[in-house]
Amino acid sequence: MMLLPCPNCGARNVSEFRYVGEAKTRPDPTTVTPQEWRRHLYLHRNPAGWTRETWYHGSGCRRYFAIERNTVDNAVRTAGATS
Amino acid sequence: MSRKEHDDGAGRSRRRPRYSAWSLVRHGLGVGRDWERAFRHHTPRESYDVVIVGGGVHGLATAHYLAVNHGITNVAVLEKSYIGSGGSGRNTAILRSNYLTPEGVRFYDRSVKLYEHLAADLNFNVMFSQRGHMTLAHNDSSLRTMHWRAEVNKLQGVDSSVIDPPEIKKLVPYLDVSPSTRYPILGALYHPPGGIIRHDAVVWGYARSADAHGVHIHQKTEVVGIDVVANRVTGVRTADGRRISAPVVVNCTAGWSTLISDMAGVAMPVQTFPLQAAVTEPVRPFLDTVVVSGTLHTYVSQTDRGELVFGASVDPFASYSTRGSLDFVEGLAGHVLELMPALSKMRLLRQWAGLCDMTPDYSPIMGLTPVEGFYVDVGWGTYGFKAGPVSGEAMAACIANGKPPEIIAAFGLDRFDEGRLVGEKGAAAVGH
Repeated sequence: MMLLPCPNCGARNVSEFRYVGEAKTRPDPTTVTPQEWRRHLYLHRNPAGWTRETWYHGSGCRRYFAIERNTVDNAVRTAGATS
Repeated sequence: MSRKEHDDGAGRSRRRPRYSAWSLVRHGLGVGRDWERAFRHHTPRESYDVVIVGGGVHGLATAHYLAVNHGITNVAVLEKSYIGSGGSGRNTAILRSNYLTPEGVRFYDRSVKLYEHLAADLNFNVMFSQRGHMTLAHNDSSLRTMHWRAEVNKLQGVDSSVIDPPEIKKLVPYLDVSPSTRYPILGALYHPPGGIIRHDAVVWGYARSADAHGVHIHQKTEVVGIDVVANRVTGVRTADGRRISAPVVVNCTAGWSTLISDMAGVAMPVQTFPLQAAVTEPVRPFLDTVVVSGTLHTYVSQTDRGELVFGASVDPFASYSTRGSLDFVEGLAGHVLELMPALSKMRLLRQWAGLCDMTPDYSPIMGLTPVEGFYVDVGWGTYGFKAGPVSGEAMAACIANGKPPEIIAAFGLDRFDEGRLVGEKGAAAVGH
């Protein structure tokens, strides 16, 4: 079983959450070009290792939050931690 | 026999003994020598005309067609593990061409046609069994899509039709087609030319043929860097410290396509997801059709050895981990029993996962990149194995002519920048 640390509810089974995707900065809609917007939508860093991403606790508090996860072994740490 | 005896040093193409019923009998009786190695071991050269990264069905097929169709034989296939160790050995070996878009149907039909002649072309028994492929519809919208797909398929000359529950029951008596189930079966898209194949044999057959034409296959050779000078590929670096120069480098990896493309500085619209599959203990033959349910995210087939092979959709989050999960087994068992309650006493023997490079439009990324000489054949998501032969053929033509052939023109990397997505929702493991 894989546990995710929800900032509200604590550690819960991953099946309670929905994976939203890599944390990205949305470009400014007033100045963005179509090409920049497509790159924002389609391109992913998709690293093998630690990555910062957004999850949604759909079967719990329904809160969106950021965590860091190692995509090779699925280890999880709170966003901003370094070890 | 030692490796050396089979390495002629120069890597020249040479005639090799053909596999046949007669050779099987001779070897069975102990007449003649041992079986020859299917492909040789070589010391890497300092340079090749083409370096292919990834020794799966796509990479080896590309090497085979480069040699056979275009006479380009100074080619190396670099594989970080053993050939066929990635997606090519982890898929559920289902072949079909009943896709939704005309481009998709044409493309995959070419692949099925190549697979039909592959055993003869490669002189290698790939055990293609065209047993029929059935995609179940559990609701009105699915049934409507099935009709749509059947009509698109017929227009392209692909044998495909919608059948009703009594016909389904006749083909697969163990399916529960009663209206009282939670997901009643309303009909199915039936595709007689679809079936299953021995996926390892396809990999070995292409490797043996490519080798016989002079291609070098280097296993245990991981690429750790790609050299680019003035926006042009000049070679690759391997984990054992070698530099191999080449004017053309082809990324034929699955699971690691982002990491390899990153080495050349080409960003990929790819996310890597594991897809899990499982196999049961072997039982007597009772299922001679591939049964797929998009709604229940499951597909079932029985191998020649009698095991049932189950596949699912990709895991719910991106990862490079190939560890199995209990969530998957639980969900899979529930869905399979929904279709075939008689299987409740079957035991799962093992489960595994393969990595799927998912693209935003469920279509591959093939052809040129902004870096000259760097080609990609990636983003194969959940449908890469069935496309192996046609991809190899098309990529070989793309490399030989320097531009993508018509059949893959829609799959270029530039489509994401230009907003021309393909939208193939008939792809494997896609619910609709």
